[in-house]
Amino acid sequence: MNDNHLSELAQDIVRQAQAAGASDAECTIAEGEEFSANVRMREVENLKEAGSRGAGLRILIGRRTGASYTSDLSPEGIAHLVKSAIELADITTEDPHAGLPDPGEFGALPGDLGMYSPEVAELDTAFKIETAKRAEDAALSSDPRISNSEGASFDNHVGRHIFANSRGFAGEYRSSYCSLSTSPVARDGESMERDYWYTLARGFSGLEAPEYVGRMAAKRALRRLHAVKVETQRVPVVFEPRTARSLLDNIFEAVHGMSVYRQESFLAGKLGEKVASDEVTVIDDGTLPGLFGTSPFDDEGVASRRTVVIERGVLKSYLMNTYAARKLGMKTTGNASRGLTGNAGIGHGNFFLEKGVQTPEQIIAGIPNGFYVTELMGFGVNVVTGDYSRGAAGLWIRNGELAFAVSEVTIAGNLNDMLRGIEAIASDLEFRGSVAAPTIKMGEMTVGGK
Amino acid sequence: MQFSESIFAARFAITLQDLEKYLGEALSQGGDYADLYFEYLVTSSIGIDESMVKSAAQGVSMGVGVRVISGERTGYAYSDDLSPDKIRKAANVAAHIAAAPAKVEKFDLNEGHKHNLYPVLTAPTETAFSQRVDLVKRADRAARAYDPRIFQVQAVYADNLRQVLVATSEGRLSVDRQPLARLSVSALARQSGGPPQRGHSGGGGRMELDYFLHEKTPEYFAHEAAREAIAMLDAVDAPAGEMTVVLGPGWPGILLHEAVGHGLEADFNRKGVSAFSGRMGQKVASELCTVVDDGTIGSRRGSLNVDDEGQPTRRNVLIENGVLRGYLQDKLSSRLLGAESTGSGRRESYACIPMPRMTNTFMMAGQSDPEEIVRSVPKGLYCANFGGGQVDITSGNFVFSASESYFIEDGKLTRPVRNATLIGNGPEALKFVSMVGNDLRLDEGIGTCGKDGQSVPVGVGIPTIKIDKMTVGGTA
Repeated sequence: MNDNHLSELAQDIVRQAQAAGASDAECTIAEGEEFSANVRMREVENLKEAGSRGAGLRILIGRRTGASYTSDLSPEGIAHLVKSAIELADITTEDPHAGLPDPGEFGALPGDLGMYSPEVAELDTAFKIETAKRAEDAALSSDPRISNSEGASFDNHVGRHIFANSRGFAGEYRSSYCSLSTSPVARDGESMERDYWYTLARGFSGLEAPEYVGRMAAKRALRRLHAVKVETQRVPVVFEPRTARSLLDNIFEAVHGMSVYRQESFLAGKLGEKVASDEVTVIDDGTLPGLFGTSPFDDEGVASRRTVVIERGVLKSYLMNTYAARKLGMKTTGNASRGLTGNAGIGHGNFFLEKGVQTPEQIIAGIPNGFYVTELMGFGVNVVTGDYSRGAAGLWIRNGELAFAVSEVTIAGNLNDMLRGIEAIASDLEFRGSVAAPTIKMGEMTVGGK
Repeated sequence: MQFSESIFAARFAITLQDLEKYLGEALSQGGDYADLYFEYLVTSSIGIDESMVKSAAQGVSMGVGVRVISGERTGYAYSDDLSPDKIRKAANVAAHIAAAPAKVEKFDLNEGHKHNLYPVLTAPTETAFSQRVDLVKRADRAARAYDPRIFQVQAVYADNLRQVLVATSEGRLSVDRQPLARLSVSALARQSGGPPQRGHSGGGGRMELDYFLHEKTPEYFAHEAAREAIAMLDAVDAPAGEMTVVLGPGWPGILLHEAVGHGLEADFNRKGVSAFSGRMGQKVASELCTVVDDGTIGSRRGSLNVDDEGQPTRRNVLIENGVLRGYLQDKLSSRLLGAESTGSGRRESYACIPMPRMTNTFMMAGQSDPEEIVRSVPKGLYCANFGGGQVDITSGNFVFSASESYFIEDGKLTRPVRNATLIGNGPEALKFVSMVGNDLRLDEGIGTCGKDGQSVPVGVGIPTIKIDKMTVGGTA
């Protein structure tokens, strides 16, 4: 379909919904093409290629809501989409806070946000396979103990996102990404360990070199060999950027406007209070060009923005869509997010922890006995209470150096204490996705082992 | 159901000749095997929060995936448009994985035997919304009425009806109609200004809506969620370190899913990257342990008449009296390993390549009285309910999080314990199983398993078991 057609279709769906009785309506259309090539042990394993699209509709009849989606964009499919959403308003409850954003809230960031690189769609299949092979080969060739692999993959995606509502907002943007990853297996005697490395960018030129990806993955798998289980003890814990990022995921869940109004977050009701150590400043910024959490407007048609969530340890703002903001008596922060179906949820832009000044090496050098965490497992974080208990693997810190591999242990604490216990933040902030954190040192946590 | 009655024949006018033509295009560049997976999925969900039905959604998605296997290579393409030219285009894209002249010219498609595990006349998805919305309203009322300390309740009812058609170049033709429904309740409790605690419950399966009206009612799940939240109000800090752990029956069977199930999926073993690779016939658990993956249990969430490659599902013994007996095979792995498919090829949707996956994974009942098991423990942890789990296939390390657990002191359950993660190593953990109860129970029907980004519904089950040594990740 040509460029304008889908945008017109979205507006037409909104009009059809109004004609069918909706007092307000909003429509999202997503269209995308995906490609993925997997290689394993230097041979092609899978090639996958396809395109798809779908439309989602949300309607209001007064303060009652209904939602529907379809992958069938034929006139019959659209008619069914509209009827499906309208009929659901019969069973939902009148909700005084339901509705589209207030008139003054609509908007979109101007200019090129670097979300789309046309070269991604042009990449040659043979070249993409070759790139994946180079990454895996670099891992396999790096050390005799790397003799097996779960393979390497090159993926790319280009998409279009279209949004229109009954208040006259209509917008769209294109996005693209490509990624390269490899996952080698290291073996030495009875010990076998796997790890991975990946690189992700809006365009091919932003990717790390395949050889670097392969060598990093191999280095990570090798350093896990001969891991031991340590004694149960309380020690300082250092999260490398990959695991530190998961703590940011936990903070996001805790400042999620829906969890806050329902009182199911340990940060509910703490605005303006000190919730973390002075080192901690957390930002959500949907405006940074070229990054993965960037977009001109959110999924309700509100312009993306920069929100300071925690500033030098003080909780400054929650992240909200229109609904959560109304429940909390605040204003939306432009964080509405949704797939094709249902009411808007809440998502983040680029959600990150501000970097500090020390290098990770300097931080580690100051620790006589501690745990450097490179992998976290499981779902043992309770955002209601802040209770934190997860499976972990990594390296033991002995006299300021990474000494030996550790696995099959847990780390535990409570997020309330953990955020206040952050003693140092390193300077190694990198965006490998929309959530990012540098190396973090936590004062003390319980390591559960023998 | 027969092909001629399926939505694909009746509404989309797809004929056997069409299917044979598409398979021919898929194998036009050579290749050893091809299949087509047609899917028509209708979903709905209703959510209540703050006693208001705030969300209701329904949708339709459809598409076809075309797969071509050539040696160890797989080519895959899909289309969300079921028109002949779009299906042929997908077949031609998938065909590019091979590079040789076509070998197969004729496909004699035949419908083989299949189970009838969920003879549901009217799927929940096909019932009136007014009936279904009552389920969440009743759950909300019942959870709030359970105890005045309950102050927030959310309930979500979701169902779907998936209609599938699989046609393979080996001549297999399967159609299936797969209903699925689930009711989930979450309750928050608070007392005297202390921190809130959450309780969860839910269940369902491949059954008619009647199940929620007469067997497992909204009140049943609501009371369970509220009970857990209230119980946790008095919880004390979890212990840290190795100790004796007793798992209660039912959902704690997630231990088996993580500790052994994933590690026995044939793709990992074919590649030699599983901690269980090369251990067939070896002792990997105490002799009290027999672990089965069974896709043929009637009405269960993890059951399927045919897997997503058109094979009838089976009962597969994974571990028998502690000895490793079998892997879970899909088409590709079974071809490459010269084994039979175990009916374990599953995919999330038409847009996904099938993989070996679990169905309902459980441990067979043993001899012990569950009360006697608890009485035998002087000091340990009793886990009644869990959240999710995860495994590192290669090292074999797995975790799962206890959402409701109690100290065992002098053979009795005493204080409730705050959430904690338990960690172990797959091929080692079950060697410490010293007692197995006679009370095998399957879970309520709430599990979803993720692998390589694909989610599929699964079930688990376990009797009460005692594990002499496992690491508990608390703070105390």
